[in-house]
Amino acid sequence: MIGTATVYGLCASGLVAIGLYGLVLHPTPLRKVIAFNLLGSGTFVLFGVAARRGGAAGFLADPVPQAMVITGIVVAFASTALAVALLLRLQETGASSIETTPPEQQDNGAS
Amino acid sequence: MMPAGYATSEGGALLVIAVMLPIVGMIAIFALGLRRAERIAFIILPGGLFIALAIAAEVARTGAAVTYVLGGWQPPLGIALQADGLSATLMVLTALILCAVGLFARGTFSTPPDMSEARRPMVFWTLMLGLWSALNTVFLGQDLFNLFVALELLTFSAVPLVCLDGRRETVQAALRYLLFALIGSVFYLLGAALLYGAYGTLDMAGLRLQAHYNPATSVALGLMIVGLMAKAALFPLHLWLPPAHAGAPAAASAVLSALVVKAPFFLILRLWFDVAPQPGNQLAAQMLAWLGIFSIVFCSIIALRQVRLKLMIAYSTVAQIGYLFLVFPLVMASDAPSAWQSIGWTGGVLQLVSHALAKASMFLAAGLIAEALGHDRIDNLNGAVTAVPISVAAFGLAGLSLMGLPPSGGFVAKLMLLTAATETANWWIVAAILVGGILAASYVFRVLGRAMAAPKIGFKTLAHIPLYRELVVLGLAISAVVLGFVPLQPFAFLGIGRVGLP
Amino acid sequence: MTLLPDLALVLLILTAAVWTVAVRDRRDAVIGFIVVGLLLSLAWVRLNAVDVALTEAAIGGGATGLLLLRACARLVPRPAESVLPHPAMWILTGLLCSVIAAGLAAIVVMPVEPPATLAPEAAANMGELGLGNPVTVVLLAYRALDTLLEKVVLVLALIGVWTLTPEQFWGGAPASLRAQQSSGALRLLAQVLPPVGVVIGVYLVWNGADHPGGTFQGGTVLAAMWLLVMMADLREPPEIRLHTLRLLVILGPVVFLVAGFAGFWIANGFLSYPPAFAKPIIVIVEAALALSIAVILGMLVAGPAARAPR
Repeated sequence: MIGTATVYGLCASGLVAIGLYGLVLHPTPLRKVIAFNLLGSGTFVLFGVAARRGGAAGFLADPVPQAMVITGIVVAFASTALAVALLLRLQETGASSIETTPPEQQDNGAS
Repeated sequence: MMPAGYATSEGGALLVIAVMLPIVGMIAIFALGLRRAERIAFIILPGGLFIALAIAAEVARTGAAVTYVLGGWQPPLGIALQADGLSATLMVLTALILCAVGLFARGTFSTPPDMSEARRPMVFWTLMLGLWSALNTVFLGQDLFNLFVALELLTFSAVPLVCLDGRRETVQAALRYLLFALIGSVFYLLGAALLYGAYGTLDMAGLRLQAHYNPATSVALGLMIVGLMAKAALFPLHLWLPPAHAGAPAAASAVLSALVVKAPFFLILRLWFDVAPQPGNQLAAQMLAWLGIFSIVFCSIIALRQVRLKLMIAYSTVAQIGYLFLVFPLVMASDAPSAWQSIGWTGGVLQLVSHALAKASMFLAAGLIAEALGHDRIDNLNGAVTAVPISVAAFGLAGLSLMGLPPSGGFVAKLMLLTAATETANWWIVAAILVGGILAASYVFRVLGRAMAAPKIGFKTLAHIPLYRELVVLGLAISAVVLGFVPLQPFAFLGIGRVGLP
Repeated sequence: MTLLPDLALVLLILTAAVWTVAVRDRRDAVIGFIVVGLLLSLAWVRLNAVDVALTEAAIGGGATGLLLLRACARLVPRPAESVLPHPAMWILTGLLCSVIAAGLAAIVVMPVEPPATLAPEAAANMGELGLGNPVTVVLLAYRALDTLLEKVVLVLALIGVWTLTPEQFWGGAPASLRAQQSSGALRLLAQVLPPVGVVIGVYLVWNGADHPGGTFQGGTVLAAMWLLVMMADLREPPEIRLHTLRLLVILGPVVFLVAGFAGFWIANGFLSYPPAFAKPIIVIVEAALALSIAVILGMLVAGPAARAPR
């Protein structure tokens, strides 16, 4: 018999495959970062499946994997932020490889 | 089955300090920054070295692992830190190399007098300290999720170091490094999720008691090891390493090559021998060794063809990491009563330690050569020996370890691996070690030959290098040489606190 | 069939995920990703993990979505981004991904009996601490080391982003977050919403001790309000050299560390709490963490400094 947890387990497997596919094949870094986030989400849902199945002792779901997922989501956000900063900087430095290229100032409004 | 209980041992609090002290320093620099970055770092560095030595002394004194149970919550619900002989050794190694690199970097990353805070010193010193805390956590952690956090800590400290100078190539290298590291982390985490679903614990001791062969365990361990391989830059997942390690400033390259790539290998070692059901999978062990062989041969040849010195050293790192992966089939085929009593395991650990010292010395030497000559093109190194003689000597001494010539730690390590391979009739491994040695000799002597050649007419040194910086580099190289005088047998200290194999 | 809603939700999630990867325009991909994030928070509710659902909605969909949208706006437009480099390559990758997915699926459909869980252990020890939300207890007591180290990861990520500051701008302020066309509605929203948002954020942190909610969720809501104010151009992002900013960033980790080390004297070791004071200590630590998270998240979205310090 298939239970709720199993349905989401299959969802997790699907997300992992889709995310990994995009991560390997997309040529541009931004798309890779988005795919990485899908892959990460799939991994987290896998923890969620373990949590839901482990509901016991008055808890609807095992709190330990839930806490791990919360930690994981924050770490994934930090990774995304660093990756985005890197790829924006890559664009700013342009094709030139001179060390002191002044990057274009993105905003020319407020002083 | 109840997992083995952990109990906080006498010196346990030292482990907490080993992890937290660098973080305190990092936070202090971040908050007080201003002109004090270097000064704060120089309080933390000797402190951390002292703590690492104290932990090693405690392990040696009691002959047992030092343990700390955080908050008193017993694993698997809580988290424990534990230093056995191997972790204590690696912590001392880490502390020594970081202190040497700190001394080397002194002055090059200090704040200019006309600024309240500069970018490079602030970033360099905070990340170095973050990295130290991450490495100590990797060596001490007993919980696979705690180790995931430690690996992330390591990634976030290491990646920005690569693009410290902000050049386009280094930013590109950092981005590629980050993406590989993230894929590695996700694979590791996938495995952890499967293990939790199967056993309800991520505590290593608990898993060791419960784990048995089933699809979940095999897939989980496979995913985790592949993820860690990407982080350790094992062939064919090594493509990110050379540009990243070559692009970083010399002081950072030394730490990245000597220590950072060793952390994921250490975790593979632990997963294989401390978590996976025993005996391990023959086929998987052979595959790891084959990838190691490819790393050694393939990347040594590429190193030989490099134009830039730092890139050559970086490719040599991938090759030398390959040797580490030879240990799996060697240990499994050995008839020693436990893994750590086998000559292959000891050779692997010694290779890790001596490569760390030699490679740190080599990258720093390359940094000084580049500072003195203004470039690091191998074909134009003529005269380096007159500009920075001590650094060139250090480069040569460190080279002994890579080639596996006596007297050097690398020689003893490779001899042990060779002995183990002959005893277990792994002839391909024997061949790889021999070929790897010849190739390493070719690329080291190619550099030395150029560096010793007479300077061209009009040669002049661009920068004067203070003597103490050259002596630091030489000190590291000499440590790698001194390791060559250890006896050719398993060391009792490395076995303290380790679980025997059946 | 009680499974029908779950099956429908999973189908939606997977469709949105495929669209996110396959769509040509990168802005559409980001929007697809945000949709996946929102759908996933529903999935987390169905998995009985309300705390995770709140975090996923706040960070997974919200903050990450904003970060990616901002990146899209700043990246030079490119024609189309082709997904298919070489047939051999995508067939091989597709095969590899399918094999991994099949392996995971095969494991997932064979659950172990009895289910592996730490819930009984978690429940048995909760009485000591006097908190009602088990997830908060895991995060701040049983696995406090992970949570503490993860805060350090956030600080390091911020340093990493700041590393990318061009030399001459070090210490200055990040680029303005102002929306392209400043709309009156956004301004109005930014004036009306923050007071409400701050109350919700504080409530989530305070309430998180006993009910779903907690540091991250509260902190993210606070960060969202701050970002809204910056986007509506009511406030500029602060200069990264500001002492107050630095102190706010480290406030949470420092309070956590102090509470941890205090355990050596007032309880039995690092990160252990004396039972009588466990709840107040944890609530104080959570409050400090939430504030730091709000500031760090906001500054991570704002990015490296793009103007010289004044």
